[in-house]
Amino acid sequence: MYVAVKGGERAIGNAHAWLDETRRGDPALPELSVEQVEQQLGLAVDRVMAEGSCHDRGLAALAVKQARGDLIEAAFLLRAYRTTLARFGASEPVETGAMRIQRRISATYKDLPGGQVLGPTYDYTHRLLDFALAAEREAVAPAPEGVADPTPMPRVTELLAKEGLMRRETTSEAEPPDLTRDPLNFPVPRAAWLQALARGDEGFLLGLGYSTQRGYGNSHPFAGEIRMGEVTVEFTPPELGFAIELGEIVLTECQMVNQFAGSKSEPPQFTRGYGLVFGHGERKAMAMALVDRGLRAEELGEPVDAPAQSQEFVLYHCDNVEATGFVEHLKLPHYVDFQSELEKLRSLRQEAGR
Amino acid sequence: MIEAGYNFGYLDENTKRMIRRALLQAVALPGYQVPFGSREMPLPYGWGTGGIQVTASIIGADDTLKVIDQGADDTTNAVSIRRFFNRVTGVATTEHTAEATIIQTRHRVPEAKLREGQVLVYQVPMPEPLFRLEPRVAETKRMHALADYGLMHVKLYEDIAQHGAATTSYNYPVLVNGRYLMSPSPIPAFDNPKLDMMPALQLFGAGREKRIYAVPPYTEVRSLDFEDHPFQPARADAACVICGARDSYLDELIVDDGGKRHFVCSDTDYCASRPPLVEAAA
Repeated sequence: MYVAVKGGERAIGNAHAWLDETRRGDPALPELSVEQVEQQLGLAVDRVMAEGSCHDRGLAALAVKQARGDLIEAAFLLRAYRTTLARFGASEPVETGAMRIQRRISATYKDLPGGQVLGPTYDYTHRLLDFALAAEREAVAPAPEGVADPTPMPRVTELLAKEGLMRRETTSEAEPPDLTRDPLNFPVPRAAWLQALARGDEGFLLGLGYSTQRGYGNSHPFAGEIRMGEVTVEFTPPELGFAIELGEIVLTECQMVNQFAGSKSEPPQFTRGYGLVFGHGERKAMAMALVDRGLRAEELGEPVDAPAQSQEFVLYHCDNVEATGFVEHLKLPHYVDFQSELEKLRSLRQEAGR
Repeated sequence: MIEAGYNFGYLDENTKRMIRRALLQAVALPGYQVPFGSREMPLPYGWGTGGIQVTASIIGADDTLKVIDQGADDTTNAVSIRRFFNRVTGVATTEHTAEATIIQTRHRVPEAKLREGQVLVYQVPMPEPLFRLEPRVAETKRMHALADYGLMHVKLYEDIAQHGAATTSYNYPVLVNGRYLMSPSPIPAFDNPKLDMMPALQLFGAGREKRIYAVPPYTEVRSLDFEDHPFQPARADAACVICGARDSYLDELIVDDGGKRHFVCSDTDYCASRPPLVEAAA
């Protein structure tokens, strides 16, 4: 008579076993290797590294495989691993100006020192399903290679700043806050919100960035420059006292150029929004730059009335590991609360009927 | 027994120390929300990461842990959290309230009276009791600083004016030690009186919101009300079909297609500790 509604150890164990089996799929097909994921689903790996805020292609690829391609679940796996790692120090700031460029484009100048470098992009492809990819192909012919152009690639925003048209950023030698160690305490400095945006959900930031283009916190943006390539990571061990190279990582950086009408103390000029993500993540870097500029409204004396301009709104909701946890926890049992709502509703209806 | 490659209690010692410092501050300021550097845990946010971090920071090798969800030891999430601590600490676990030194809970306070020396760790989804009335944290922080809780009293007043009673049935706000307004977590209002002058230490952890708060033993915890409309805890007006209890909080079960209802104790240990009604359970 008593319905067994409550789960138990065995039910969980069986569910996990079924998950393992489902993950593997048809055993007649060869199993996907972590190396294959890392090599052939590279943009998924990049996104997981960015939102998992941990640069390790191998671990990110493993997470993608374990999560069966669910990239938010994969980012969560990577973060839960990252949090157990000991901190032995912080790297020197990376110099994206010295990036070994794979791609560098500007939408504000037709030509500029260093030129436009398209790199591996989908931008000009026709989105026609390529059925040839469905068949096993012969080895792909290598793309033609030119000679690397040694011309330095100055940042577009720097060119404008030299002319006095781009607002200078304030610089600080202060230790930036670390949002993985200290909770956000609003209002937060730009360094903290840039950290949050860099690990924030691509889809959420895309929608928010898009909203600033559609009148919710108008920012009139131009893609001043997008660059992607390898930068050197350096670390100064305290016992050595000088920086040593740890290796290279791929980053995507976006600098948006935005209008600014000026204020009592400043003439009209351009301002910038900044985006930086691990790996090749152009959409994310651009969206981040739009939202960064939105969040600067208060600093620039602009009205703060759109969602993308509200620190609390953006920063409390951009983290997909937090968001997915709280949304999905609704499937945990709520019998007790629901029961108290039932009783309350019945008594209110009884009261109203009297 | 203990999972290789992880520290006792999963968190590293420095993190545990940071959390214990936050706990000390929380105990010193009953009901005050202390921000802390909440870590990412291997269980999702919303599954009890705050409570897990608190438990992980206070648990020792000679502790005995009980984990309940909706009052029950055998709900999936309680099983999962108990298994997690078993893997990362190897401590003894129990389903008996009286045997436990630490009880981690989601949405209930055990029916059995807790005693001195026990710790009740609550999992908290939204630590801010005012968030439905004022979503801006910077603003609610100011309201707590000034003990400005007019907004909540007005809400309560409007409930009574419109419906004749408070419409909040769980997560019913309380005033701790006459000073801070506090969310008791989404426990049914029925459980609220148990918080008052409880001999056990009560710790509250909110992982996603990165807040910790506490109610020290023997502290006054008052559910908000008015003199002419005193607080009224409610439960289903029925008896448990297994043990016949009329004093415990009950879960409602639909047992057939006709919508026939049965009620059973939500606190499975309390129910099991009582002699069964042989006839009704047949």
